[in-house]
Amino acid sequence: MTAMLEVADLGHTYQAKDGAHTAIADLSFTVGTGELVCVVGPSGCGKSTLLRTISGLIRPTRGEISLHGNEVRGVPDDLAVVFQDYSRSLFPWLTVQKNVEFPLRRSLGRAERRARAAEALEWVGLSDADRKYPWQLSGGMQQRVAIARALAYRPALLLMDEPFASVDAQTRFELEDLLLKVRTEQDTTVLVVTHDIDESVYLGDRILVLSTSPASVVADLKVDLPAQRDQITTRESEAFVALRAEVARLLNVGKTSEEVKARRKANEQQAAKWAEAERAETERAEVSRDEAEERATT
Amino acid sequence: MNRFVQRWAVFVGLVVVWELLTWFAEDPFFPRPSEIVVAAHGLWFSGPPGDLFLTDAVFEHMLPSIGRLLAGWSIAAVLGISLGVALGRSATATDYAGPLLTFMRSIPPPLLVPVFLLVFSAGTQMQLATIVFGVLWPILLNSVDGARSVDTTKFETSAVFRIPKAQWILGVVLPSAAPKIFAGLRVSLSLSLVLMVVSELVGTDNGIGSQLLVAQREFDFPDMWAGILLLGVLGYALNTVLLAFERKALAWQPKQERTPATVEEKV
Repeated sequence: MTAMLEVADLGHTYQAKDGAHTAIADLSFTVGTGELVCVVGPSGCGKSTLLRTISGLIRPTRGEISLHGNEVRGVPDDLAVVFQDYSRSLFPWLTVQKNVEFPLRRSLGRAERRARAAEALEWVGLSDADRKYPWQLSGGMQQRVAIARALAYRPALLLMDEPFASVDAQTRFELEDLLLKVRTEQDTTVLVVTHDIDESVYLGDRILVLSTSPASVVADLKVDLPAQRDQITTRESEAFVALRAEVARLLNVGKTSEEVKARRKANEQQAAKWAEAERAETERAEVSRDEAEERATT
Repeated sequence: MNRFVQRWAVFVGLVVVWELLTWFAEDPFFPRPSEIVVAAHGLWFSGPPGDLFLTDAVFEHMLPSIGRLLAGWSIAAVLGISLGVALGRSATATDYAGPLLTFMRSIPPPLLVPVFLLVFSAGTQMQLATIVFGVLWPILLNSVDGARSVDTTKFETSAVFRIPKAQWILGVVLPSAAPKIFAGLRVSLSLSLVLMVVSELVGTDNGIGSQLLVAQREFDFPDMWAGILLLGVLGYALNTVLLAFERKALAWQPKQERTPATVEEKV
C-alpha cells in the first residue's frame, strides 16, 4: 500500500505570552491510500493542532508532512476537512446545494458543479434537501451536508475533526455507518480525529493512540475487525471489546493515581492556554494567506 | 389585516384628537390637520394633468431634495461598506483607525455645514458633502463590526477549500456582515433625511428645507406644517422600501430578527 500521508518527526510549539507550550512532540505516522485511520487521544493533547498542521492552516515548528509525496506548505490543493461545528462550517445564506458547490466554483463550470453536488448529496442521502437551507435541517443532516461538500471536492485526503461529537448518540451511529459506506464506495482516504474510544475502534482500519501533551504516538494499532461493520454485532464482538479495552488502557482511562490526576489537571489548564495561542495563530494565518495570495498575483 | 387596522387605528385616532384640539384652540401657529392637508395639496398636487397633477414645486424642490438624499446616502453606503469590510478584516488597520473613527463620528454633522460651505461651493456639492460625511459613520462602523464577526470555523473552512480572495470577501464576509450592514444602512437613512433638510437651510433657495424656512418666515404656517408632514411621509416611505429590500436580501436568516445597529441614531 502506498502512503497517502506521511508525518515525520512532527513537532509544534506555540509561543504564548507566558512562555512556550509544546503541543506536539516527535509525531510520526503514515496513512496508506484508501485507509481510514482514527487518531484518538485525551482532550487537550494536541489533536486539533495536529489536524491544523496537516491541513496546512498552521506551519509546524518541526518535522515534515507530505501528502502523496508533496511536502505540505500552506493548504494543499486536494484536501478537505469536516469540522465538528457543522452549524458554523456551513454557510447559512446558501442552500444545501450551493453549500456543496461553493468550494467548486474556483475550478469547475456551472453544469459540472451542479452534477457533482447532486452526486455527493445522493451519496449522503440528501438528494431531496438540496433546495433547503442548512438551518432547516437537523444537526445530523447538516453534518451530512458538510460530508457531501467535502466529498464533492474529491479530496486525496479527507480530514475529520471530531465530526460526530455534536450530534446525539442515535444520529452518531447513523453517521458512522454513512461514513463507512461512502468511504468504501468512493475509496476515500480518511483521517478521523476523535476522543471517543469506541468510535475509533468502530470506524478505523488503524488507530493511532496519542499520549497526553506534548502529543506523540503511544501505539499504532491495527483493527482486526471484518470490513463490514454493524453497530450491534461488531460492538459486542470479542475483538471489539478487547481492542477498546486496550485503547482505554493506553489512554489511562479510569486510572485515578495521584500522578495521573495531577497530569490531567495540568493538561486541562494548558489546553485553555493553547486554545488562546491557537486562535492567535489562526488570525496570523489569515494575514499570511493574504500575503501569499498577493505574492501569487504579482 | 386585523393587525394593520389595529396599528393605524391609533394613528387615525390621534389625528382626530389633534383636529378637535386645534379646532377649539384656533391658534395660528397650530393649524388644523385638515388645513395642513389642503395646504399640502395646494403646494404639490394641484398641477396640470399633463404633469400627473404635480406642481412645479415638486419638480423644482421636492425631487432634487430626494435626489440629493439618495445620492448622498448611496455614496456613503458604497464608501462605508467597502472601507468597513476592508478595515474589519484587518486587525492592525482597525487598531490604527479606531481612535480616528471614534473621533470623526463624534463630530455632530450639522456643525460641519459652515466648514463645507467654505470648502465646497454652496448648493449641491456642500449638501452632498454634509449628507455623506454625516451618514458614513453608522454604515462604516457597522460594516467593520459585521466583517469582524465572521467566525473562525468559516474562515478555516474557506482556507481549507482554498476559496479565492474575491469569493471569500463577496461570498463569505459580506453575507456574514449583511445583517449588521443593513442595521447601519437603516440608521443612516433616517439620518440622511435630517441632514438633507439641515443642509438646505443655508446658502440655497432650493429644496424642501429651504421651502420650509421660507414658509416659516412668511408666517405661512399651514405650508410650513405641510413641509413637516412631507418629511414624515418621506421618512416612513424610505424606511419601508429599505425594510422590504432587507427582508428580501436576508431571507436566508433563520429568524426574522433585526440585528441592532452598533451605532444608534444621534444628531
